[in-house]
Amino acid sequence: MLSLFFAIVGRDLKLALRRQADLVSALFFFIIVVSLFPLGVGPEMDMLRKMAPGILWVAALLATMLTLPRLFGDDYRDGTLEQLVLAPQPLPVTVLGKMAAHWLTSGLPLTLLAPVLGLQFDLSAEGLMVLTLALLVGTPSLSAIGAIGAALTLGLRGGGVLVSLLVLPLYIPVLIFGAGAVDAAVSGLGFEAHLSLLGALLAGSLFFAPWATAAALKISLE
Amino acid sequence: MSNRLINWFKFASPATFYPLAGKMIPWFVALSVLFGIAGLYLGMFVAPTDFQQGEGYRIIFIHVPASWMSMFIYLVMAFWAALGLAFNTRLSGMMATALAPTGALMAFLSLWTGALWGKPMWGTWWVWDARLTSELILLFLYIGFIALQSAIDDPRRADKAGAVLALVGVVNIPIIYFSVKWWNTLHQGASVSLTKSPSMAVTMLWAMLLVALCFWMYTIAVALARARNIMLERERHTEWVRALLAQPKP
Amino acid sequence: MLEASQLECVRGDRRLFAGVSFRLEGGELLNLQGKNGAGKTSLLRMLVGLAQPVAGEIAWRGVAIRKLAEDYRAELCYMGHHNAIKEELTPLENLLASARLAGEPLSDEQALEALYAVGLGGREELQAKYLSQGQKRRVALARLIHERRALWVLDEPFVALDVAAVDMVAGLIGAHLQRGGLAVMTTHQAVNIPAGAVREYRLGA
Repeated sequence: MLSLFFAIVGRDLKLALRRQADLVSALFFFIIVVSLFPLGVGPEMDMLRKMAPGILWVAALLATMLTLPRLFGDDYRDGTLEQLVLAPQPLPVTVLGKMAAHWLTSGLPLTLLAPVLGLQFDLSAEGLMVLTLALLVGTPSLSAIGAIGAALTLGLRGGGVLVSLLVLPLYIPVLIFGAGAVDAAVSGLGFEAHLSLLGALLAGSLFFAPWATAAALKISLE
Repeated sequence: MSNRLINWFKFASPATFYPLAGKMIPWFVALSVLFGIAGLYLGMFVAPTDFQQGEGYRIIFIHVPASWMSMFIYLVMAFWAALGLAFNTRLSGMMATALAPTGALMAFLSLWTGALWGKPMWGTWWVWDARLTSELILLFLYIGFIALQSAIDDPRRADKAGAVLALVGVVNIPIIYFSVKWWNTLHQGASVSLTKSPSMAVTMLWAMLLVALCFWMYTIAVALARARNIMLERERHTEWVRALLAQPKP
Repeated sequence: MLEASQLECVRGDRRLFAGVSFRLEGGELLNLQGKNGAGKTSLLRMLVGLAQPVAGEIAWRGVAIRKLAEDYRAELCYMGHHNAIKEELTPLENLLASARLAGEPLSDEQALEALYAVGLGGREELQAKYLSQGQKRRVALARLIHERRALWVLDEPFVALDVAAVDMVAGLIGAHLQRGGLAVMTTHQAVNIPAGAVREYRLGA
């Protein structure tokens, strides 16, 4: 079972590396969205510093959203998904592998990039550290919850827009605790509670999402 | 297998359910009108004028029952969805599909009346109060459900996919509600709460309950009517629908 | 060993077929016939468990496949319309990956040998996007060379193949039947399977 998990992660990572354009464009989307906010609301540093946690988190949500249709879409079109469903292992394990690979190619790069963008908003050193930590704990939940939406909308018209309708409302708790952690750190309050709630969300979504996604995949393939 | 189980599945068959629902709808409509008149009379004329908020507060007799129903309908929808996934009955999926628009309507009504109430109270149409925000997210969840189902052509897949989404939503609603509340207290939320008005008289509670019952009966009537339509559409090639349509209209 | 009874399939509004029953033993091949749209692919997808029949039951070694789940899938090799190969991977990587995902890892030597056998020798390091349709199909079919699972379900395995490749795949199926395996396939071509008992089933007749 573990070997299947690693086989899937390995294959997806190899594919992502051969298709670097996809990976890089999602990152640039993140950078551009974050940079648009100062242009929209004005360059006053005080206000931007206050808005930074929310901006960075919303942009991370949107960038993750952008990569979701690819999570199962390619495998669905070329028939690999049928083979994965028919493999003699529990489907949730397979799904967990797909989620892990998705996070490694979307959530993790975002997390590593975020502190650099945080500098644009004059975040303090502690703020930057908490931002990175919060993204590190929060983005895996985004991959896990997003996988449910991606699986439900496989092969449907307007799948990309539909995914955001389904998944964005479910992302709200992650957004609140993620941005809240950075906010708390910036204003000198304790951020540990937020981070542990993010951790609880992660545990919950890693437990439930693979089952829900597996059920959704079977429904979509039928 | 007990006899009772078999009986239940008999009612779950559209051919039996269709005429039964047709007979039940007028009753629920009548009950809804009755409860509605009683509740609104209590709320509008009997309940005392609020010494702080004047007559404007009376909108809560619509607002609060609508919020209750919007949440309750989501639970019922998820219940039917789970039943449909577990027993693969056709009726369950149809009921879930039939309930969703009414649930969305209730959420919308709750937001709308909340805004109407907010203008005189807070001087603004919208306040990021924990309840209103949660209600807005609930409306998003309903819209997602409806959008997903309408994007799928095959009714069997639409039912099952909708069911998975409804169940995921039901697990998430408490988490969302908790997180929004937490967010609200951190950011100094609104100081006036809609339901905790200082003089919550017994008459007021009764009025709200009666209006809630009115909405409840309305929901059942509308959901049954909608389920009947869905049934006819999906089963138009079956014997019983053809026989039904061949009958002369009374 | 594989038994289908009274299967019924509905797609949208249309009933594709009903009352489909057959029984298949070791060493037998079931060749599904039928017009386009008769439901051949739908039936195959039911047999492997990807789709659920509206009515009827499929049993493997006397047990319903719904109950067997993974135990059934461990004895099953399915090849659908799509090749299930990745354009960005080389034939060698594709073959190794699909074998690993199916839980039957191949050694590099076995995989290379299989690729040479399907006539892709020397192209094993070329990304699959540079291959022709027929060559991609061959990559997919190379899986069958070391495939020892009992039941093969093949949807149009001969599409896009040239005459020599058709003979080779027919030979693979024949060898599989000779080992006591079972196979169900659809094809529009007249193909001579060299060994085993071939039975025909016509859908929509």
